[in-house]
Amino acid sequence: MTSHSNQTNSNQTMRDPVVSFQNVYKSYPLYGHIRGVKNFLFDFPRSLKSMKDESFEALQDISFEVYEGENFGIIGHNGAGKSTTLGLIAGVLKPNRGIVEVRRRVSPLLSLGAGFHPELTGRENIELNGVLMGLTRREIRLKMDEIIEFSEIGDFVNRPVRVYSSGMMARIGFSVVAHLDPEILLIDEVLGVGDIRFQKKCLDKMMTFKESGVTMLLVTHSVASVINICDRAMWIADHRVQMMGNPIEVVEAYCEAAGLPLNLGLINKAAL
Amino acid sequence: MSKSVSIGQRVTRRISRVSHFGSHRNFENYRDILFVLLQKELKVRYNNKGLGFLWSIANPLASALVYLIAFQILMRVRIPDYILILITGTFTWQWFTNVVGSSSNAFVGNAPLIKKVSFPRNIVLLCMSCNHLIHFLMSVPVILLFLVLHGHYPALTWIYGMPLLIAVQFTMAYGIALGLASINLFFRDMERLVGIILNFAFYLTPVLYPVETVPPKLRHLMLFNPAAPLIAAWRDLFINGKVDWLYLAVSAGYALLFYLLGTSIYKRLSWKFAEVI
Repeated sequence: MTSHSNQTNSNQTMRDPVVSFQNVYKSYPLYGHIRGVKNFLFDFPRSLKSMKDESFEALQDISFEVYEGENFGIIGHNGAGKSTTLGLIAGVLKPNRGIVEVRRRVSPLLSLGAGFHPELTGRENIELNGVLMGLTRREIRLKMDEIIEFSEIGDFVNRPVRVYSSGMMARIGFSVVAHLDPEILLIDEVLGVGDIRFQKKCLDKMMTFKESGVTMLLVTHSVASVINICDRAMWIADHRVQMMGNPIEVVEAYCEAAGLPLNLGLINKAAL
Repeated sequence: MSKSVSIGQRVTRRISRVSHFGSHRNFENYRDILFVLLQKELKVRYNNKGLGFLWSIANPLASALVYLIAFQILMRVRIPDYILILITGTFTWQWFTNVVGSSSNAFVGNAPLIKKVSFPRNIVLLCMSCNHLIHFLMSVPVILLFLVLHGHYPALTWIYGMPLLIAVQFTMAYGIALGLASINLFFRDMERLVGIILNFAFYLTPVLYPVETVPPKLRHLMLFNPAAPLIAAWRDLFINGKVDWLYLAVSAGYALLFYLLGTSIYKRLSWKFAEVI
């Protein structure tokens, strides 16, 4: 099977993919009529019909491969299926059809404050996220100081997360995932929340990941970060792969399709 | 058109596959997840105030008091040591009903985790069951206090009787809760149904009355109620220091049944959790 995937990607033959999608279809049942037992029993025929027929196709025939150490960007309109793709990689969703293979330890889907419990302190949330990611408490304790230092949230780390600003959540969320030795990092639109300095810090951290061979999948609406960070990009439109390849070309085509021609000079200036 | 789609799905279902290599967890990690989640639940529930212990006994104690007033003082039920019947009934029943009753919210309440992180989700239920077990264990001294005040002393049989009954009740409650929590994601009004059933079960289970007051003709019907032999066995152990092997065996059978049922429901549904939550 590996030989097969190598053939289809002749320009990447040297490395084995760490994430591979082969003709993946994912649809969500809408569960429209079965809001509860009551509805289900008293409206049985319709419920049964809705269970069978009504579904939402989130991904259709998606195939791609991401290689070790690559920064892979995924762009597309809202609802195009980007987050579903990450969900499949993270292992929280199952495809209806097709094969998803992941060959390294995956970070949880990092998005704003996900997996954080509002009543627990930052420190406790770091521990919680760590064990859920597959680390032991011993391993987490060794890294705790480093995580707190990187996040720069200071004394807030001992306060419940519910009093955090959204920027603080993003900071601590990124720090946790960044320091827990991910092998595949999934980032779902999170960098936009921190302030400029912290964004820069995250970028720098991501670049060190790249050197240490961490594979990164980035879902974002920021075309600037796709161009600056990613080695390759994929544009998902209407639940299918519209285009894949050089990030600048993909972004250009994407922006054009959206009716907003890309001005590279401007974006590069803004991103720096 | 629709026909061809459904045939297509049937054919291709065989080749849908997810393989995660490198995301394996070791035992230490499982243990730590359980530990951290348990710590979290205990903390969130009591907000780290020392009152936690009081709350876990206040509930069954208060209900025992209410029933004592209603039945012994107002209705003049003539059962010797009725307070002991009540205490041993309500405390053990409370443990059971807490686990089953809070199961509906177990997965729904942890939606962000289930949506974003791939981890064995039954740990959430395991953690919840452990949580309630801890509360029960903390309330045992209160039961003991009442027993001693009424001249009953712990018997040697407690040494093996308690662990056995705890294991049986833990397994049964965990199994029921796991199944209900899974179903509740798909049918969100399951919670109400569970409430009604628990209410029935409360009066059909010898919580407020000893098994001996049940008419002999109906007494064997008690065995059809999974909770009845369990509560009866607890009471026998606490008050008489006797391990009733019949009750224990029947409860253990139910526990095994519910455990298997609950885990099989969970296994069938768990991969859809992130979609419906």
